[in-house]
Amino acid sequence: MKLRRSRLYVPGNNPKMIPPAGLYCSDVISLDLEDSVGPEFKVDARMLVSEALKVIDFGPCTEVTVRINPLSTPWGKWDIEQVVCEKLDGIYIPKVESVEDVIQVDELVTRMEGRKGLEIGRIKLFATMETAKGIINAPDIAKASKRLEGITIGGEDLTADLGGERSADGLAINTARSLILLAARAAGIQAIDTVYSDFEDEEGLRKETTMIKKMGFDGKACIHPLQIDVIHDVFNPTQEEIRYAVRVTGAIEEARKKGSGVIALGKKMVDRPIVMKAERILARARAAELSIPVIEEDG
Amino acid sequence: MVGVDEVEWVENRIGRMIPRSINGEELTPYCGPFSAVPRNDRKHGPRLGYIADQTNEVIATLGAAIDRVGLKDGMTISFHHHFRNGDMVMNMVLDEIRKKGIRNLTLAPSSTFQCQEDMIIRCIKDGTIGHIEGGSARGEFGRLVSSGKYLDRPMKIRSHGGRVRAIEAGDIRIDVAFVGAPSADELGNLNAINGPSACGTINFSYVDVNFADHVIAITDNLVEYPNFPMSISQEKVDYVVVVDKIGDPSKIASGELRVTNSPTRLKIAKDAVKIADLLGYVIDGMNFQAGAGGISLAFNEYLHKLIKKKGITAGWAQGGTTKFLVDMLKDGTVKKLITGQAFDMVAIENMKNNPNHVDLPIGAYANIHGKGCTVNKLDVVVLGATEVDLDFNANTATMSTGIIAEPVGGHSDTAAGASLTIITIPLFRGRFPVVVKRCTTVVTPGETVDVVVSERGIAINPRRMDLLEKLKHVKIPRDMRICTIEELNRMATDITGSKVEPNWGDKIVALIEYRDGTIIDVVRNIVPKYYDDAVFVDREEREVS
Repeated sequence: MKLRRSRLYVPGNNPKMIPPAGLYCSDVISLDLEDSVGPEFKVDARMLVSEALKVIDFGPCTEVTVRINPLSTPWGKWDIEQVVCEKLDGIYIPKVESVEDVIQVDELVTRMEGRKGLEIGRIKLFATMETAKGIINAPDIAKASKRLEGITIGGEDLTADLGGERSADGLAINTARSLILLAARAAGIQAIDTVYSDFEDEEGLRKETTMIKKMGFDGKACIHPLQIDVIHDVFNPTQEEIRYAVRVTGAIEEARKKGSGVIALGKKMVDRPIVMKAERILARARAAELSIPVIEEDG
Repeated sequence: MVGVDEVEWVENRIGRMIPRSINGEELTPYCGPFSAVPRNDRKHGPRLGYIADQTNEVIATLGAAIDRVGLKDGMTISFHHHFRNGDMVMNMVLDEIRKKGIRNLTLAPSSTFQCQEDMIIRCIKDGTIGHIEGGSARGEFGRLVSSGKYLDRPMKIRSHGGRVRAIEAGDIRIDVAFVGAPSADELGNLNAINGPSACGTINFSYVDVNFADHVIAITDNLVEYPNFPMSISQEKVDYVVVVDKIGDPSKIASGELRVTNSPTRLKIAKDAVKIADLLGYVIDGMNFQAGAGGISLAFNEYLHKLIKKKGITAGWAQGGTTKFLVDMLKDGTVKKLITGQAFDMVAIENMKNNPNHVDLPIGAYANIHGKGCTVNKLDVVVLGATEVDLDFNANTATMSTGIIAEPVGGHSDTAAGASLTIITIPLFRGRFPVVVKRCTTVVTPGETVDVVVSERGIAINPRRMDLLEKLKHVKIPRDMRICTIEELNRMATDITGSKVEPNWGDKIVALIEYRDGTIIDVVRNIVPKYYDDAVFVDREEREVS
């Protein structure tokens, strides 16, 4: 299981912020060529990011990705041509509205991998839906490419497109969040939430992250390294959850040994959803390198 | 100024060359943090006073008070630094002394700030000040000392505890101590918690008033006799002078008190808390000190959160106190606070009415030749440094260019006393690597430093086998990296290149005295060579008027 709890945006035209980006151990780094870079710096940022990808070691625990400009802009195609390299793990495509938006990127990446002698298909894709049209087409978009490992939602742009207002309860975008989640799960890929913009408001971030985790999201984007620990804290299973999961899986093991079809934990029956949840918690705990206790059931 | 060829050199325990003697004064090379016993048998004693009549001690003008105590050429005067960059007392006094034509004084302040630089420089240049004892020099004052042009004898740089030791031992003999007092009565009962220039405590003066021949209190807040609390009591004070203003309250609580917002520095602070926890120091009843630099304040915040999360209570915290520590006292995550200096208004206010928040004589805080000091009871101290080297020695006195720039404070005192001394540093500042092969100047010996935390890795001093052993049995989170100090040095110099040795001249401009009175290092003058040193000369030559 690939953990993508946190995804840190790093402005692509800031040579001071790129080298230490890996120090904070977010699960994903997105070197950004799109919204945090003004039109006059697009080319500079692209050069800086493609050079940084070659020489900077972002550490062992981080997936290194680039957010390119949409192919509908003058920069998108060149972004892909330059940033595709051996050290690039994935590409985030912004403002996706149709299946074609993903397929075009997929084709270009495949071509570049071939031209640069790289393994075909290793670079993953992630699509961000930021308009009503994109959200509505999400179920198809989520199945558009084999490279696609996750879809995300762009909160600010979507709110503007809908004519709503950004608020703490997420009223304007929560339906869209649900749709993204449904589309992702139906396609068997991950769903990742948008950023929480006020990086000094730790409580607000914790609340929103808790909410989207409860909805079922796999992770959340962040704009400041300070946010990473909070997000990980929310997404990591608690020690009680892990202990319970260990007991559930222990009970399955026990039942299997006895050849019994009925699984019981103490006096309670354990059914399939509980087992699935326990397995997911343990997978998360293992991926996050959390300690997993050994529990002996008595009786 | 003493030339390097005029003295006989001897190597001290950490491999630094130290003169055997300077100007007839024999020097003892540093020989280990707890090795040097006092050279003198007894404390230096001040002069007895006598009370001529029953009238009050208030004198109309500062000039008259200076005349009455008989300040003469060649004497030693002292000041506290509690008003920080808002201090008006030192400038006022030096200006008065200058006008009287008194020459060749020794200036022995506990520390100096930028607001005093111009006056100190003027007094050095016109011969009013002939020698500097103790404290530290920063900014333009530091550059002037480093130029080696104006002072005949090397300045002595001492830690807070070291200054107390030197005064008690008679190494510094204060003739007149000037004490800025936020509140005073007619016989000189003084405190620092009331009045417009309240600074919380004037504990840096406690040793001065006990050992100086004369004490002149300067206040802008004369209150009815008797003044309570009597932080400094009347039997120590010769005269009280009332002036309009002794400090600028907006600058007394200085601008240092911002938690850093740099992500790398926040990571350093967070990792320092995590490593202290992994090493088993974040436990119920822990005692700690963290300064008021950006990283230290962040350390304080993260530690506060962790202590809350663990549901434990810290015993006491000390040092420069701030809002961050007061918050802990208020929510019960720490039981007691000991103030060395009060850094912000919250701390100053809190001292007024919280019985669990007290000040302490600096001797009780850090004097190694006293009979007990709080630094020895510290579990964890977090310090900064200009440089750390492969032997874990730390420099807090000079920049990498060799120019005297930083106050040393209680760095070497707390490092020696605390069970776990953590130095938090970024790997490089500007073009300079911070983890270097060999420090430009050593203030704190590596044998008293246990852990160096940087944004790219944490190094444990190999002398602390116990800590390394402990780490073998705990799980290191994957966003933390334990490595060697050599690796940190390599990571830094991969980016900055190796440190360039300063262009030392052939004069000795300062002696770094360890807290026990031995000499740990020597600072030479700087000969302009590089671009920034050219700037240094220009500024230094600039006439201060």
